[in-house]
Amino acid sequence: MTDSIIVDTATRIFADLCEPGTVNAAEEGQWPKALWDALEESGLTLTWVPDTLGGAGADIIDGFAVLRAAGRASAPVPLAETLLAGWLLTQAGLDAPAGPMTIAPVYEDGHIELANRSLRGRARHVPFARNAEHIVVLAYEAGTPSVALVPTSGLAISPGTSLAGEPRDTVTFDGATAVAVGPAPGLGTLGLVQLGAAARAQQMAGALEHILDQSVQWSLDRVQFGRPIAKFQAVQHSLAALAGEVAAAGAAADAAAEAIARYGIGGELVAAEVAIAKLRVGEAAGTGAAIAHQVHGAMGFTYEHSLHHATRRLWTWREEFGNETHWATQLGHMVAARGADALWPFITQGS
Amino acid sequence: MAYNFHFDPVDLPPECQELRQEVRTFLRQEIEAGTFSPTGGKGSFSKAFARKVGARGWLGMTWPKQYGGHERSHLERYVVIEEMLAHRAPNRSYATADRQSGPVILRYGQEEIKQKILPQIASGDLCFCIGLSEPNSGSDVFAASTRATKTEGGWLVNGRKIWTSNAHNSDYMIALLRTSPKTKENHRHGLTQFLIECKSPGITIRPIINLTGQHDFNEIFFDDVFVPDLHLIGEVDMAWKQATDELAYERSGPDRWLETFSGLVELVRRAGPEPSERLAEGIGREVAHLATLRRMSVSVAGMLHAGKTPGVEAAVVKDLGTNWEQALPNKVRLLAPPSGDSSPESNDDRFEEALRHTTLIAPKLTIQGGTREVLRGIIARGLGLR
Repeated sequence: MTDSIIVDTATRIFADLCEPGTVNAAEEGQWPKALWDALEESGLTLTWVPDTLGGAGADIIDGFAVLRAAGRASAPVPLAETLLAGWLLTQAGLDAPAGPMTIAPVYEDGHIELANRSLRGRARHVPFARNAEHIVVLAYEAGTPSVALVPTSGLAISPGTSLAGEPRDTVTFDGATAVAVGPAPGLGTLGLVQLGAAARAQQMAGALEHILDQSVQWSLDRVQFGRPIAKFQAVQHSLAALAGEVAAAGAAADAAAEAIARYGIGGELVAAEVAIAKLRVGEAAGTGAAIAHQVHGAMGFTYEHSLHHATRRLWTWREEFGNETHWATQLGHMVAARGADALWPFITQGS
Repeated sequence: MAYNFHFDPVDLPPECQELRQEVRTFLRQEIEAGTFSPTGGKGSFSKAFARKVGARGWLGMTWPKQYGGHERSHLERYVVIEEMLAHRAPNRSYATADRQSGPVILRYGQEEIKQKILPQIASGDLCFCIGLSEPNSGSDVFAASTRATKTEGGWLVNGRKIWTSNAHNSDYMIALLRTSPKTKENHRHGLTQFLIECKSPGITIRPIINLTGQHDFNEIFFDDVFVPDLHLIGEVDMAWKQATDELAYERSGPDRWLETFSGLVELVRRAGPEPSERLAEGIGREVAHLATLRRMSVSVAGMLHAGKTPGVEAAVVKDLGTNWEQALPNKVRLLAPPSGDSSPESNDDRFEEALRHTTLIAPKLTIQGGTREVLRGIIARGLGLR
């Protein structure tokens, strides 16, 4: 169970400070300072850092719930990335700084070298690199995984954008110096990607909840043939199908969050739950966004209408930290290796 | 703000895990003894098996002990049901009575009937069928016209029920019968539930063979069938109030997403430990759907356990679950490594049997117990659209 005060605080901040206009302005390059400052002042940005390391010391599950709320609001800030960065720092026992952070690498095959605080390597599609004050890098020092805290000032950042118009930058670390370094044996890029996938699954589940609300409301307001389109059975059944996808996405995302909160990153059960969640939520994102757009008609295809804030993020997030094909293949191999008679025990292992 | 469906994660308590192992051990022994085959679609009616399950205390699990029940939790019952289904145990002689008929009698039946009937369901001795559909009343359940007319000491029933699964094997039916015309204000008014003995004089049962070649459906003719007053279940004319809760139990259970599971199991067997990337991906996708559906289904069981009536959530699970299990056999077929004259014969029979069975039953899955269209209407109402 999540701490409702933390989630309520986040929800209120998004309601007050994350209007559609804020999201559009962010896409134009305007940093949503008021929104970020409010999140930071409430301690929400360091949810996954214990108070001994300068964080809020909340439960892992509360961080996931905050990300669900952020996804609902299409919040154009590196909240998930700062939570992930804080988690990485914590794994190495490093203090967390204030300000927006992001992580690198974001791919399982990413590789950044570390020697005496000096870094070498390149990371692609780093979310919000240009907005972050620090990048927390999972680097390898003589083959040992280490966590390095790197200030962005002076880094070579080449801008790129996601389908949602959010920064996804290429960062070159060659010659950069970390201000803090700590070994994190037992950690690997796979673990980071798993936590990233679970975080994105929550954001997507939130965005899906939002487009269901938006689509239902639109169908009740929009009148055609003399009545609200919500009264047409074809529209009702489309929205019922959307509701099913939204419900499945929420359940799958929560299962992964609960497993991580209970067992931490690393085990086989968590690996399975993350794969299931990112895959199932990714499928729901595709199906769900298509239904939401169909219900909204031409209006939902305009830049003026805010539906695309959520749908373009869904199309971005489903591809990040492993897409459906990636996780399906992993999961399929896991199941096949156990064999047919272990399939049912595999399905029931979590509960 | 639209209605948001909640499927909070539920942790099955430790007693459920112990129970699960007990059920698995029991089923393994039964399979080894040749009682049933975990891949087959045939021979799933067995009163002998029902009595064994009853003797274990796995029927009427949640009912009071005074009626032969075991006062265990909905979650414990859930575990037993899903293990039985996942192993394709022969549950046909007891599943309907345990899931639907028993709870209706327990809640609305007269005391004497409760004492007489419920212990016999819990022991596995009684088989029930459900008399809902009629030739002109399918999805429109409340259009039923088979009449029950008051007579001395009871009721006289005349009319016809159809698509009644398992009636030819059943001891009793719970029938929805017309006792008054519907009213202008309430089109669901005027129907009453009765307990009817299937061997009563005046009942004729005609088999309807389904496309799998099996006799499951029946058409039932009622010709002045006498039903004693004692067999009236609940309030006259008010059955519509009684039917609503029942559906939450019926609609979210594991039988709404496990019917074609054997196809996936046999695909995994045929794939072997090191499948191609394409096959691994295909298996992974279906496993993710299955695991998520189970989470949602357990979550609904948790809500029932907590005394809630999650009617819309149950409809969501059934809609998603039946659509998935219906589409599964075709995916299994197309993913399967090609079969040819040079392919090894081992495992082929099990795979073929599972694929045939699941392909043939697929069409009914989104019809029985509430069609896809009816379910989506319920969900749409939950969303505030109607």
